[in-house]
Amino acid sequence: MGKFTLEQVNDRYVDVLREIGNVGAGNATTAIASMLGIRIDMNVPKVELLEVSKLGSAICPEDEIIVGIFLEVQSDIDGSMMFLMKMDSAQFLVNKLMGRDSDYESQFDEMDLSALKEIGNIIAASYLNALSTMTNLVITPSIPHIAVDMAASILSVPAIQFGQFGDNALLIQTEFGDDVMINGFFILMPEQDSYEKILTALGLSL
Amino acid sequence: MSKVIKVGMADLNICKSPDIITTIGLGSCIGLTFYDPVTKIGGLVHYMLPDSTQMRNNSNIAKFADTGIDELLKQVIRAGANRNRLVSKIAGGAKMFQVSGMSNVGNVGERNALAAKAKLRELRIRLIAEDTGLNYGRTVELHCDTGEFYIKAIGKPIKII
Repeated sequence: MGKFTLEQVNDRYVDVLREIGNVGAGNATTAIASMLGIRIDMNVPKVELLEVSKLGSAICPEDEIIVGIFLEVQSDIDGSMMFLMKMDSAQFLVNKLMGRDSDYESQFDEMDLSALKEIGNIIAASYLNALSTMTNLVITPSIPHIAVDMAASILSVPAIQFGQFGDNALLIQTEFGDDVMINGFFILMPEQDSYEKILTALGLSL
Repeated sequence: MSKVIKVGMADLNICKSPDIITTIGLGSCIGLTFYDPVTKIGGLVHYMLPDSTQMRNNSNIAKFADTGIDELLKQVIRAGANRNRLVSKIAGGAKMFQVSGMSNVGNVGERNALAAKAKLRELRIRLIAEDTGLNYGRTVELHCDTGEFYIKAIGKPIKII
């Protein structure tokens, strides 16, 4: 068997990722709803296979400021994951969490960033839980790291990770919210060996 | 009127005065420029990884420092730049997330910057300015009329190197 590359990704694997996105977003929605005390609905996530070099403009213009939350994962699977939100979604969540009016807008201070990091942590853990349950693999996330910067700069991190073993990257887009929809993007970046482990665990070995 | 030429990720191009060549949102990637101050011909490569020889899939030469810089050099010389007058400036190579340790995500920016320096030494082309490292994204522009390299970051004044 040759080394796995995303060029070999088949429809079934994309279906599985969509299902992970679905369950993960469901878990995240429940967690955030109870934390913020609001009712939240969600839509079926979309999974996109993109060229690495196009990743910088995949979710918004390259110079638009976004929020990225990054975690490393280890144990049975080694790698990292990232959750990305546009500024309006991030501002909405922070306002809810801090008990501010929903139209409040200002630069994030330390407290806001810390709140966002926690929200990102909960969302990321929700996805990882879904992945862990479906694969029966133990996945341990690190503490979250946050960056608020240009989309292209933040997305250079997953682009480089994927770029090491191919020209494509997988992006899972989820939408959840009540009156305002939160747009979130989730990127899972297993190390090459871990990809094969995930696929084998899912009964999808190539 | 000057034109603005845009270079994407894992991409390169050349530029002549009075035009401007730019790449948006360098994170851990590096934007490396060549410039000949007499003919006012320049070029920019936006590469992602330090070394193509470490990779099996290395068909996109602009993705790597070694092959990308070689190709950019070839193209600026073909456009009329004089090799002996060429100077280089670099920007980017940030560590976007403050992850600890020696993980790939933690140090790829730094390795990318070191790869530029090693390659320039090998080619005997002078690196005359750099703005690398730290933890933020950079949009860069090479102005071919002056050779000035503009660096723009969120919440920071424009820097010219």
